[in-house]
Amino acid sequence: MKQKIGVYICHCGGNISDYVDVEKVRQSIEHDEGVSLAKTTMFACADSNQKEMVEDIENRKLDGVVVASCSPKLHLLTFRAVVERAGLNKYNYVHANIREQVSWAHSDNKEGATEKAIQIVKAAIAKVRYAEALEPIKVKSTKAVAVIGAGVAGMRAAIELAEAGSEVFLIEREFFVGGRVSQWDDLCITEETGKELITRLYDEVMKHKHVTLFTGAEVIENSGSVGNFNLKVQITPRHFKLHCNSGELQKAIDVCPVEVPDEFNFNITKRKAIFHNYPSEYPQLPAIDLKNCTRCGECEKVCSNIDFSQKTENLNIKVGSILLATGFDPYEPKKGEFAYGEIDNVVTFPQFKRIVHYCDDKLTYNGKEIKHIAYIYCVGSRQVDGENKYCSRYCCTANIHTAITVKKKYKNIHNYHFNRGIRTYGKAEIWYDESSRLGDIYLQSFEHDPPIIEKQGDRTIVKIKDVLTTDKELEVVADLVVLVTGMEPRKDNSISNLLKVPKGRDKFFNEIHMKLRPVETVIDGVTISGASQGPKNIMESMNSALAAATKSFELVDSGELELEPTVAKVNEKTCEWCGKCEEACPYSAFEKIEKDGKFMAKVNSAVCKGCGMCLPVCPVNALELIGLTDQEVESMIDALIPTI
Amino acid sequence: MAGGKVNNSPKILVFSTEKISDPAIDMAGLLKLHYPPTVYTIPVPCSSAIKPRWILHALEQGFDGVFLAADGTDCPYGETCTEKTGQLMNVTQQLMKDKGIDPARLKMAAICSVCSEPFVKHVKSFTEYLSKSSN
Repeated sequence: MKQKIGVYICHCGGNISDYVDVEKVRQSIEHDEGVSLAKTTMFACADSNQKEMVEDIENRKLDGVVVASCSPKLHLLTFRAVVERAGLNKYNYVHANIREQVSWAHSDNKEGATEKAIQIVKAAIAKVRYAEALEPIKVKSTKAVAVIGAGVAGMRAAIELAEAGSEVFLIEREFFVGGRVSQWDDLCITEETGKELITRLYDEVMKHKHVTLFTGAEVIENSGSVGNFNLKVQITPRHFKLHCNSGELQKAIDVCPVEVPDEFNFNITKRKAIFHNYPSEYPQLPAIDLKNCTRCGECEKVCSNIDFSQKTENLNIKVGSILLATGFDPYEPKKGEFAYGEIDNVVTFPQFKRIVHYCDDKLTYNGKEIKHIAYIYCVGSRQVDGENKYCSRYCCTANIHTAITVKKKYKNIHNYHFNRGIRTYGKAEIWYDESSRLGDIYLQSFEHDPPIIEKQGDRTIVKIKDVLTTDKELEVVADLVVLVTGMEPRKDNSISNLLKVPKGRDKFFNEIHMKLRPVETVIDGVTISGASQGPKNIMESMNSALAAATKSFELVDSGELELEPTVAKVNEKTCEWCGKCEEACPYSAFEKIEKDGKFMAKVNSAVCKGCGMCLPVCPVNALELIGLTDQEVESMIDALIPTI
Repeated sequence: MAGGKVNNSPKILVFSTEKISDPAIDMAGLLKLHYPPTVYTIPVPCSSAIKPRWILHALEQGFDGVFLAADGTDCPYGETCTEKTGQLMNVTQQLMKDKGIDPARLKMAAICSVCSEPFVKHVKSFTEYLSKSSN
């Protein structure tokens, strides 16, 4: 049993100490059995404190360490490493979670939180008293990564992983790669078009022999865990043979009688059941949308490349890690929100971008020429009453950039920006400046006083109480009102349900910690990137994709992973071999052996995964899990009961 | 009833699972979904690894209730988890009856890795039940 335990109680800035009296916690445990050192610290994870811990362990010959701080998901490994650096086996460290499960959960009850924290630290001390030095178990890891989503983030990650030497399965649900960026024309800063950027990335992806791209593909089943995930991928056929003749294809599109709203153009145009989003989109093979196809057979008469015999395929793939790059959905305003869906010349920003794409020398919408454009900012972002409290980050910059493009592309355009404070952060401030110089008018109001859009006869009027001119009531007659909509998490995100990836308050995927463990999720082996994590511009998406690729690669690179050494062990004295453990074990880790004239169970520790399913079934309690022995659990339970 | 000077509501021991329900309980804190501070957690690898003797030990030592935050069908160790957790629950409740302990003081629900709200709902209603039954 440990005699020299060091205990560190973290303030976490104020995240813990604002609600938990950390000094009281320290005083309550400093005289506990085996405790030789008890300290509070502002940030336990800070370099200076880590250094101090190493010195304490070495100088005071500590044999066990407890840090009471945030969730072990964040810092268990950090402090195990500290203990190891000081020459102690890392399993002599026990972590106590007094932030997520105490100070934050009970921020409404400071005294209750303090009392709970005391008991939790006592329980951790009780556990560390019986901790043993252990060696981690090693398992093989498959050197392959599944990247879900072939937008800019997914393709960038796939390229990086392939260059590093991993096998990559790039899985895209749509028939075409590129995601949201393929829907954009000129991009801010580089002036490259979205299509050019996608072409460049796609070409690079296709160059790598280690990347396998699946389009029209979706992961429908998942089993296994980090190092060895088994995924079932369902591939929907395009119903086209390879190397399609473009002349015949156009005829097939022309004769197709089905017309549906084109989601690629945010429903401002229509497309046929045979489609490609734009000529030469990648892969350069059109697809038939079978949900809308009536199977009239007209296309088959004029195009020999159509093949309705293609069937849905299921493929099983094995990967060591999964990287999610599933992107975002643009916010869709509710009917009547800033007159959307009620006044016909109110459109969303993504729709506006497509309108600009299709208008060459004159900007028109619904047959009318557009001269005066009113942009309403923060629609679907920074909502006071709605769910989206966050800023969508990209919209101010993207919209101002588009307003400048419009002014330069067409004659006599007048831009009016109805904003709630412009956030063209970083270099994008240049565009704000340029738009002001070009004569764009900026009008501002606060969140409780948004602009009002009204129809007066033929005219659409936007009214605002402008705070920049000391609350003057101003109005603009607009030919087109653009609602500058933000980003939302994907509505249909079945992969996240399958993998059970946690979501944050904003409903985007949640990384463990934005600074300490970015792009990692609590699901071991699953990393996240791009706008699936939260609103991001292209550069930020690419950066997070590179981070996620590096993290995923780290898991598969060496072909081996270290796992917790929590395996079952048999008490040879009491075991009488009844076979119940063998029945309960899902991994066939038990074998019957004969020793000293009696039959007993033996655990194959290379096969045992440490699930503990065998523990409750043993009729003579001859089984324990290393790191979770009866002594450890029961002493923790005892410690959690306060002695009044 | 056991209880501290401040926290007089029933004490509940939660057996959570490291990969599935513990992240959900962490997230409840992150989302500031408050629940009584008399709810304590011991994480285990899998809910079908919980020994009936641990549960009985907790109840005999002064916990008013034990809640198994089970993996359900999400268990990374296989689909038999649900059935096995159910079995150990039945075995323990029988042992509780034999000892004259109200079997309703042991509760189980599947808590997935994002089930923060269901977790809070469960422990709140369990606390309410235990408060009533102790009066």
